[in-house]
Amino acid sequence: MIWQFDLILLVFLVISAVISLRVKDLLSASIVFGVYSFLICLLWAGMGAVDVAFTEAAVGAGVGAVFLIATVFNTTRRSSD
Amino acid sequence: MDALQEIVIARFNYWVYVVLMMIGLHAMITKNNLIKKLIGMSIFQTAIILFFVSVGVKEGATIPIVSHHGHEEVAGEAGHHGEGGGPAHGADEIDPDDHENPLPHVLMLTAIVVGVATLGVGLAVSQKIYREYGSLEENEILEAMRSTDG
Amino acid sequence: MKTLGFIVVAVIGALLIYAEGDFPAWGDPQSPASQHAISRHFISQAMSETAVPNMVTAVLADYRGYDTMFETVVIFTAGIAIIGILGMARLTDRESLEPMSETEPADRDMIVINTCRLLIPVMQLFAFYVVAHGHHSPGGGFQGGVILGVSFILWAIARDLPTALRGIRPRRMIFLAALGVVIYAGTGALSLAMDAKLLDYSALQGFLPPAPAGALPSEIMARSHGMLVVEVGVAFTVSAIMFGIYTYLSSMGRLKGGF
Repeated sequence: MIWQFDLILLVFLVISAVISLRVKDLLSASIVFGVYSFLICLLWAGMGAVDVAFTEAAVGAGVGAVFLIATVFNTTRRSSD
Repeated sequence: MDALQEIVIARFNYWVYVVLMMIGLHAMITKNNLIKKLIGMSIFQTAIILFFVSVGVKEGATIPIVSHHGHEEVAGEAGHHGEGGGPAHGADEIDPDDHENPLPHVLMLTAIVVGVATLGVGLAVSQKIYREYGSLEENEILEAMRSTDG
Repeated sequence: MKTLGFIVVAVIGALLIYAEGDFPAWGDPQSPASQHAISRHFISQAMSETAVPNMVTAVLADYRGYDTMFETVVIFTAGIAIIGILGMARLTDRESLEPMSETEPADRDMIVINTCRLLIPVMQLFAFYVVAHGHHSPGGGFQGGVILGVSFILWAIARDLPTALRGIRPRRMIFLAALGVVIYAGTGALSLAMDAKLLDYSALQGFLPPAPAGALPSEIMARSHGMLVVEVGVAFTVSAIMFGIYTYLSSMGRLKGGF
C-alpha cells in the first residue's frame, strides 16, 4: 500500500464525515455520505480487501445513499442543526 | 521522544479510526435531527468495519484469491514453495504468508449488508414519526408528544 | 446535553487511544491475527478442499455458511419489518401531509428513459455474471444481488413507481425473497437428510454424476456446486429486499406516488 495515498484518503474521509454531519440541508448530507462511502471503498481496495470494497461500493454508495435520498424527499429537507 | 514518535507515526491510522468512531458517536448523541443521527450511526458502523479489515492486512501479501498464472511464476522463482507438484492448479502448497487474511473480510461482508438493512429500518421509523408528528427534530417531537399526552 | 455528550465522547476516545498502544503495527505479518492457525488453514487449504480459488467466498459460503444463512434471514426480516412499519397504516389524522414530489405520470424525460432502457439489461447481465463468477473473482451472492436490485430501482426512478410496479409486482418480490431463504436453508436441510451435518455440502455428492478419472473427486466438486446454489439463493433474497425497501421508503408505504 502506498502510504501517501492512504494518508490523503484518510484525511478526506474525516473531512467528508464532518461535512456530512454539519451541513444544514439534508439532501446535501446524503450526497456527502455517498462520497464518504466511496472514499472508504477506495481505502479498502488499496488495502487489498477487494470483496469488501466491491460490497461497499454497491451497498454503501449505491443503495444506502438512495434510501437516504428517498426518505429526505418524503419528509423534509430542512434541518435545524 | 522516540517512543512517542513511534506511537504516533507508526499507528497513525488507528488514531484516524478512533477519530471517525468518535465523530459518529458524537453525532448519535448530540444531534437534534433524526436523519443526522442515522447518518452518524452509519459513520460509526463503517469506521468499525474499516478498523476490523485493516487488522487483516499483511505487508507484501496479495489479495485473498488464488491466481493460476501468478502462482506458477512464483513457484518458479522462489524455491520455498515445496515441490511444485503437477501442472494443475491447486497442486502446489499455498504459503499463508503470500495472501491476506480472508477471515476479517468475510465477517465484515456480513456487517456491511446488515448495516444497510438497519439503516433502512431506521429510515422507515423516522418516516412514520414524521407522518405522525410533522417534524424530524427531536425537541419538536418531544414537545408534540407532551402536548398530546398532558 | 451537548457538554455531556462531549465529555462521554472524550472519555471513550481517550480510552480507545490508550488501548491502541498495544495494537500491532500496520501490516505486520507477525501479528496474532495473521499468525492464528485457523486463518493459515483457510489460506492454505481452501483451494484443495473446496476447489474454489476465491478464499473469501469459500469461507463465507462453506466454512462459515451458518453465519451467512442467518444473515440472509436478517435481511429478509428487515424487509418484512419495513413492510410492516410503513405498509400497514392508512393515513390517519395527518392526511394533509403530501410528500414533496407527487409526480405527474406522463411528464418524464425521453433521454432518461431511453438511456435506462439501454443500461438496465446490461446491469442485470453483469449482476448474473458477478453471482456466477464469485468463485473465481471478487463477487458472490451479495454483490450480485445488490446490483440486480439496483437495476430494478433504476427502472423505478426512470419511470415512476406505479409503472415500474406494474412490471415487477410487490407480491412476486416478497415471494422471491422468501424463495431465496428457502433455497439456502433447503440445501442445508438436504445435507441433514443425507445423514450428515447441517450445511455439509460434501454429503450432496450423490446428486452429481460420478467423477471421471483424473478430475477432482466428487466430494470436493459437491462443495463447490453447493456453494453456487446457496449464493444464488442469497442473490434472490438480497435483490428482492433491496427493491422492496426502496418501494416502501420512496412512497411512504402507499405504493402510489413517490419519485
